[in-house]
Amino acid sequence: MSTPSRTPTSSPSPRPASVATAPGPTRHRPVRGRPRLRTSYAQDLALLNTPAKRRSTIALVVVSFLVPFLVTDDLLLVFTLGLIASVGTIGLNLVTGYAGQVSLGHAFFIGVGAYTGAILGGSEDASVVGYGLPMLVWLPAAGLVAALLGALVGPIAVRLRGLYLAIVTLGLVFLGDHVFREADSLTGGPGVGRRGAQLEILGIDFNASGMLLGLEISRAQRQFFLALVFLIVFAVLARNLTRSGVGRAFAAVRDRDVAAEVIGIDITRTKMLAFALSSFFAGVTGAMYYAVIGVFEPGAFGLLLSVQYLAMVLIGGVATISGSIMGALFITALPRISQELAHVVPFISESATGGGLLSVFQLEAILYGLLIVGFLIFEPRGLYGIWLRIRNYWKGWPFSY
Amino acid sequence: MLSVRNVEVVYNDVILVLRGVSLEVPKGAIVALLGANGAGKTTLLRALSGLLDIHDGAITKGEIHLGDTPIHHLDAPRIVSAGLGQVLEGRRVFAEFTVEENLRVGGHTRRGGLTEAIEEVYELFPILKERRRRTAGYLSGGEQQMLAMGRALIAKPDLILLDEPSLGLAPRIVGQIRDIIAQVNARGTTVLLVEQNATMALSIAEHGYVMEHGKVVMDKPAAELLEDEDIRDFYLGRGDLATSYRDIKHYKRRKRWLS
Repeated sequence: MSTPSRTPTSSPSPRPASVATAPGPTRHRPVRGRPRLRTSYAQDLALLNTPAKRRSTIALVVVSFLVPFLVTDDLLLVFTLGLIASVGTIGLNLVTGYAGQVSLGHAFFIGVGAYTGAILGGSEDASVVGYGLPMLVWLPAAGLVAALLGALVGPIAVRLRGLYLAIVTLGLVFLGDHVFREADSLTGGPGVGRRGAQLEILGIDFNASGMLLGLEISRAQRQFFLALVFLIVFAVLARNLTRSGVGRAFAAVRDRDVAAEVIGIDITRTKMLAFALSSFFAGVTGAMYYAVIGVFEPGAFGLLLSVQYLAMVLIGGVATISGSIMGALFITALPRISQELAHVVPFISESATGGGLLSVFQLEAILYGLLIVGFLIFEPRGLYGIWLRIRNYWKGWPFSY
Repeated sequence: MLSVRNVEVVYNDVILVLRGVSLEVPKGAIVALLGANGAGKTTLLRALSGLLDIHDGAITKGEIHLGDTPIHHLDAPRIVSAGLGQVLEGRRVFAEFTVEENLRVGGHTRRGGLTEAIEEVYELFPILKERRRRTAGYLSGGEQQMLAMGRALIAKPDLILLDEPSLGLAPRIVGQIRDIIAQVNARGTTVLLVEQNATMALSIAEHGYVMEHGKVVMDKPAAELLEDEDIRDFYLGRGDLATSYRDIKHYKRRKRWLS
């Protein structure tokens, strides 16, 4: 990344007299607890605009790469799926959080991506079509096909807003649901399903385990690494997008569309772009997610999936990239969390038919609802908001502000 | 610079709002457009800046030229690119953005030179530079008005439309805004000023148009308008007749103007 040089200028800038008492070697460093002064526009707009952010981001990435060696494979799969879902959540956040266009049709675009990926990258068998193309083809293709369909929604979004737009995008889900069910030469049909695309890139097969770069790496570990790189690429892409002119145009359209129009922002184009980009993210997510899962069937792309992604955005934090990741990981891990709870808490049975007051599935549904209601009431900024509060608390510590 | 010829605007295909408005804004001038509520001033501005679409309105007759370019059939972003900026009534800054982000997004149509343009705006409005990292929604009304103007100026328009910049501001701030408008004009931007505050508008404008009921009913140099008995009476509240809208005089005057 091209962060500009941040070496402090040696020109004598006006400093308060108290600085003179600071010890010599720390001359260039600001007084502890003092916000760093930014002296250029480039610094303001930098990707990671404080040294603390830069350090912690690097640390986080390093730790993430170590995770596969610390946890068991079945837990790792949860993380892998969470990372992939993060990309889809970022996509939904682009259109709903940044550009302010409520979309309930995310499941449709995920489905389109999943089937494009599976058809192009999957293997052919007796009942379904598959071309077995390499991942470098099917992954972008899955995004592009979804983006194309997404761009078609844009012009509708110009005419409608809020609830009306939500209903129109909801229509997409039902449309998709029907098409996916009926086109059984492509999707395998309901109840049967088909296999996802082949996860193989540059000769590395992510569905096999074995030696890789001198290390014994299992299938789950390989998929985790793939998902992590996948997320980093798209997260940086999205973050860069949101701090560019396009991102500002999104937010301008969201906040005041008439004011955006008089300063020369083409609303139609901006909304189309928002939907196309969001759908691209959804498309690649769909293709990756179901390639990792293996077999999937058309029933997966119903309204519930859309709501799940909206919940990820909401619980993570609207209009934030890091929040999207937190939300996606959290919601993906929720079934697992409720399973673990079942071991600890009495009255909860681990199967749907067992005794006890609640089954894990019921517990999951309850947790799900409680979380959404709880976040809406107590922290509308989501997990990201909680993180902000923690950060600000320590920023001013030991003072309250 | 700007010439409007016989423009007719209809809302929702049925409501005729502008009934053939013509006006001229010469290059480098400040022209005031006065009129009571509902006279059609804002509609005229919407027609100029291409915002009629979102309000379900359309230009059904007439032509608008900016310089030599006809702009009556262009959409809003193209009109901005053609060099026409607008400050909306009621300011409408992006409340969640900081001051600087507001300015930055104002430069959406620019290719490069954004940083310099922002500096120029700060020169014009030093208070905005002080507040550059503040959230725009928390600025005072006067500062928001300045920000809205700054945001429009970033695109370096040849002509700027100001819709009631004095709306809801204290008299002292109105004076400041007035001086800034004069400064902006002195830097080479032509101004079309739409105002209810006729005293303020006519004190800096060279020429004034008075609209009523979707028509331009009076069109005189500002100095003459200030002297006009009807205007003094009607807009400045300084007439000897001390009449109001409701008075029968109003209808008489209407008759005189519209004839």
